[in-house]
Amino acid sequence: MDDTVLLSVLVLGGIAIVSAIVLYLVSRKFAIAEDVKIVEIDALLPQANCGGCGKAGCHDFAQACAFVDEKGFAGLYCPVGGQQVMDQIAALRGFAKVEKKPTAAVLRCNGTCQNAPLKVSYDHITSCRIAARISSGQTGCPTGCLRLGDCIKVCKFGALSMNKETGIPIIDHNKCTSCGACVRMCPRGLFEIRPKTENGEMLYVACRNTQKGAIARKNCKAACIACQKCTKVNAEVKVENNLSYIPDTVSAEEFGQALREACPTGAIIYTKEEKNND
Amino acid sequence: MTKIKTFPLGGIHPNKYKITTDSPIIFAGLPETVYIPVKQHIGAPAKILVKPGDKVKVGTLLADADGIVSADVHSSVSGEVLKVEAIEGEFGYVEDMITIKVEGDGFEPSIDRSLDIDREIPYTAEEIIAKIREAGIVGMGGAGYPTPVKTSIPEGKKVDTLILNGIECEPFLTADDRLMVEKGEQIIIGAKILNKILGIQNAIIAIDENKPKAIEVLSKITKTYVGVNVQVCATKYPQGGEKQLITAITGREVPSGKLPADAGCLVQNVGTVFAIYEAVMKNKPLFERVVTVSGDACLHPANYLVRIGTPASYLLEKAGGITPQTAQVVFGGPMMGTSAFNINAPITKITSGLLLLSDKISAKHHEEDCIRCGKCAEGCPMGLQPFLIGRLMRAGQIDEVKNTRVLDCIECGCCSYVCPSRIPLLDYCKLAKIELKKKK
Repeated sequence: MDDTVLLSVLVLGGIAIVSAIVLYLVSRKFAIAEDVKIVEIDALLPQANCGGCGKAGCHDFAQACAFVDEKGFAGLYCPVGGQQVMDQIAALRGFAKVEKKPTAAVLRCNGTCQNAPLKVSYDHITSCRIAARISSGQTGCPTGCLRLGDCIKVCKFGALSMNKETGIPIIDHNKCTSCGACVRMCPRGLFEIRPKTENGEMLYVACRNTQKGAIARKNCKAACIACQKCTKVNAEVKVENNLSYIPDTVSAEEFGQALREACPTGAIIYTKEEKNND
Repeated sequence: MTKIKTFPLGGIHPNKYKITTDSPIIFAGLPETVYIPVKQHIGAPAKILVKPGDKVKVGTLLADADGIVSADVHSSVSGEVLKVEAIEGEFGYVEDMITIKVEGDGFEPSIDRSLDIDREIPYTAEEIIAKIREAGIVGMGGAGYPTPVKTSIPEGKKVDTLILNGIECEPFLTADDRLMVEKGEQIIIGAKILNKILGIQNAIIAIDENKPKAIEVLSKITKTYVGVNVQVCATKYPQGGEKQLITAITGREVPSGKLPADAGCLVQNVGTVFAIYEAVMKNKPLFERVVTVSGDACLHPANYLVRIGTPASYLLEKAGGITPQTAQVVFGGPMMGTSAFNINAPITKITSGLLLLSDKISAKHHEEDCIRCGKCAEGCPMGLQPFLIGRLMRAGQIDEVKNTRVLDCIECGCCSYVCPSRIPLLDYCKLAKIELKKKK
């Protein structure tokens, strides 16, 4: 009996040792020498593999950073790691630092339960993409938020959550990395990556409805009615197709308060958040 | 009578609910205003020719086809154009519609309103296609593909079988059934017109077993028409699907991603064929159609001849109004139709039914876990594996979904119907199709 145990331990142990040696030798012989630069840059990256940089993953991005020239480097940006990581990579490659303004995603819809009450009931699977195919949504607005939360499922950083009271998602601008996953997922295209000032201020038109004012207002009190009042505050604000749009060049710090007060429906949103100090 | 035919793969047997089989087609009357959408077909919306204040008659051209895959839109009433603007349609999305206030019922003089049946076809194939194009005819079975495009067979392909689709396998709907019983001979002349375009001599009228009256009427008439035969098919859903019907009747299979013409067939809905007859022989554009108003919550189910653009609410009022037990109003059949968002939406060229369903039929049930019984795969008439598609879509593995042939899905809903765990498999299939088309 004891012999059997001993024998099996010896045989299996022997096989293990021999295989280990073979594997070690083979791995040394066929090792692919990876550029040290890639390994070093890869170590700096957040390893979220979100695809926000436009590459297939963090390793792919590291590869791109390692072999790009200084001019091309300016076009690369890791939205998750942010300025800090990009500066470190720049230092590693010996390039000058590239300043990138902070950004965050915003939801261009203010169709809350209060502003846009439900008109019909939807009892299908909870997927915005399915709902968008079936009808214009429970609120009746053909461009509004469907409130089923596909964006929340796709966010890898926990920046999105559903606000039970308003029915529409809220974005934590401190957690948002501008990776753009929500922009790609939303069937209504309601998310937009917009610049954020140093104080965390954001300014945008929270509506994408291009219907005439009266029709849009029937479904949602907070719809943009293209009244042109915002264009009088700042001439750069454009009203096209019954919809106002505030370009990036309009300073949120300077005009945010005035634009928000000028909008009679509350479609222009100006938020100021406490700065994240960590 | 020959053997009863059917398709080999899958299929289900839902309750038929054909309440209105014996109610004759009655004219629904004229509403006060009609809303005529300029896009009632697959393809480009038609270009609007009228402006507010214009006087129109029944049959006046309102909008001109924009491009080849598009269709003309005609006025279905006489009166004054009130507005040309975007209005909420049946799904809540806004579409361009022409609002006409009804005044009297004057017809364009070119329309032959006599009830005589014209049997001689004095036109050439080109003239016939031109007439069909001018009449704005689209596939009335539900897809709304412009008929002139469908009947113009691309070069190099040869069609040797014309199939008239009189199956109507959706529960509740009886519009095509009644049309065959009441306008049988006109439909057969319509088939002869199509024969002339295709340059062939035969046509098969496919009718399913549960329409004995239509089978009897048409079998009698076909005796005097050489080449036209009635083929009885088994009552099984989705027997009326184009690909299923071709397989059932000819034994051929339409290749994946190809058209029926690749299998040498042309399938036309009997409603469309009747419209073709009226367009060619009576110069009548497509401005009215038969709509079944039915459902288990409907007080007076009936088959109505409805002017296109009539608001659905007007028809529902005629049929007894929306009863308290109504849970859903459905445009189309219960299997493939969609629950309406807006009941003031107009009846279009492709609306075959309007159903008032109670909670008993339409209620959604809680979704349970898949128990791997394989019923969905057994029921799928295209031989797909819906459970696999559902799983992959839930996991978000879109690259894998590509290998499941989901683009062949005809969205018949058999999988969702048979699933004992009530998993919305059809929705996952639709989602997969959207995602794959987006990726292309």
